[in-house]
Amino acid sequence: MKQVSRWFSRNLIRIYAVLGFTYLFIPIIYTIAFSFNASTKSNLVWVGFTWNNWLNPCGAPDVCNALGNSLKIGVLATFFATILGTLMAFAMGRYAFKGRSIVNILIFLPMATPEIVMGASLLTMFISFGFNPGFWTIVIAHVMFCISFVVVTVKARIASLDPRLEQAAMDLYADERETFRRVTLPLVAPGIAAAALLAFSLSFDDFIITNFNSGDVNTFPKFVYISAQRGLPPQANVIGSSMFLIALIIVLVGQFVGRKRTGVR
Amino acid sequence: MSTALLQATTHEKKPSITKKKLLPYWLLAPGIIWLVIFFLVPIYQLISTSTQTQGYGIGTYVQTYRFSNFIDAITSSKAQLIRSFEYAFLATAFALIISYPLAYAVAFKSGRWKNTLLVLIVAPFFCSFLLRTVAWEQILGEQGLVIKFLRFAHIMGAQGHLTATPFAVVAGLTYNFLPFMTLPLYASLERIDIRMMEASGDLYANALTTFRKVTIPLSMPGVVAGTLLTFIPAAGDYINAELLGNPGTKMIGNVIEARYLEIVDYPGAAALSLILMVTILILVMAYVKRAGTEELV
Repeated sequence: MKQVSRWFSRNLIRIYAVLGFTYLFIPIIYTIAFSFNASTKSNLVWVGFTWNNWLNPCGAPDVCNALGNSLKIGVLATFFATILGTLMAFAMGRYAFKGRSIVNILIFLPMATPEIVMGASLLTMFISFGFNPGFWTIVIAHVMFCISFVVVTVKARIASLDPRLEQAAMDLYADERETFRRVTLPLVAPGIAAAALLAFSLSFDDFIITNFNSGDVNTFPKFVYISAQRGLPPQANVIGSSMFLIALIIVLVGQFVGRKRTGVR
Repeated sequence: MSTALLQATTHEKKPSITKKKLLPYWLLAPGIIWLVIFFLVPIYQLISTSTQTQGYGIGTYVQTYRFSNFIDAITSSKAQLIRSFEYAFLATAFALIISYPLAYAVAFKSGRWKNTLLVLIVAPFFCSFLLRTVAWEQILGEQGLVIKFLRFAHIMGAQGHLTATPFAVVAGLTYNFLPFMTLPLYASLERIDIRMMEASGDLYANALTTFRKVTIPLSMPGVVAGTLLTFIPAAGDYINAELLGNPGTKMIGNVIEARYLEIVDYPGAAALSLILMVTILILVMAYVKRAGTEELV
């Protein structure tokens, strides 16, 4: 008995961690499991196992249209936000200039503003300028709220670089442009990739700002929200599960490649 | 994504000064223009809409500088406003209690599994936010296993339910923003020099005292960043209240959304949005000042 309680107190934190991770993954496991459910209408009760939903992910009406829109918006928003944000990150991470603190506040504010306020204010502007909300207003909105996250991510990477690497390149007679192209940029690249991944997942997952500025354009989160009231088709679980697995694979491969390149553990 | 949020909380170094004075402005210009046009101008539009009144026809409003819109908005939605901050506060507190040991375990007890566990903490993020919330709704809902078990075991009567309760809304908020809390906590715990804890032990502090006097103070930047990253989105959220709550658990986000998209009362909704934003900014500034860490960006 004493041994048991000793083992328990010594491993308390590990037991806790296992419980914590279980809690984190309950809805994920549920979502994946119910993507195999042979239900025809609402996916609430377990009927039986089937591959059909995975073989026919567009089987539910409108689901693939919504997914397509989300992917297009995600790619466009990631592209623009990553470029704009990376340029800003280089300015913030590499230069001292007047107005720095104001720019800092401008970058920080969108992250500290609740989504509903940003969504509502953008819609107010689009309405008062006679702009009809639709596909492009969603892209504009997504670029806006992704920029700050890109800046913060890339800037952190720039700040963590060893300045001696660039000095070494200069010592070896590389001019400024060459140093940037062959030393700085490759070193910052993982940060830019991480920022792009973050931007894409923020954009793909966004509901509140999108809901305000989408008009009648459907996105995947919007689809889930609307059909949740009547019962979600299992195809939504298929798409959610595949996005989850794809993202997981990208991150794991990225980690593996990163470890190999740097040769750390 | 894990690295992204982690790096977001690491220290920054002073940038080196170079001779080219205009270059940074050229680099900043496109992003700043975007943020000004699509963030600042809309906020200005929101401010100007908040004092308008109904013109002729639904959805048309004229500027009359009617500041009592704000008083109307507060009196009509006081309950939801207070509830939002209550729920957000509770969710933040629960997230902190759940995340701290988790982040601690990953930072100090995971050995070579550290990176894998870190990925596992963010992994639930990769599944759509709405799908996760719907999943909780179904797990805890009338058709779910949990409620059937609770009724079977007579822990809960036939009338009792888990969804459509304040408990479910707070639980949903806690779950959905948990990684925002865990990652900054992990980042600041990970930076702590183990030798500090050893030194504390050498000076006859027991494990609890070391934790209280060394670990917690050194992890404060993570606590501040994590609580802010959880509290801000939680206070403005309306999805959890919509999917997991009942009419009596509506938060301020539900009211703003309904006023905008259903009732088409733009001034009222704008006033409420501004009240929410200003309240959050005041709370954040007071909190950051109190906690004494100002390196958030």
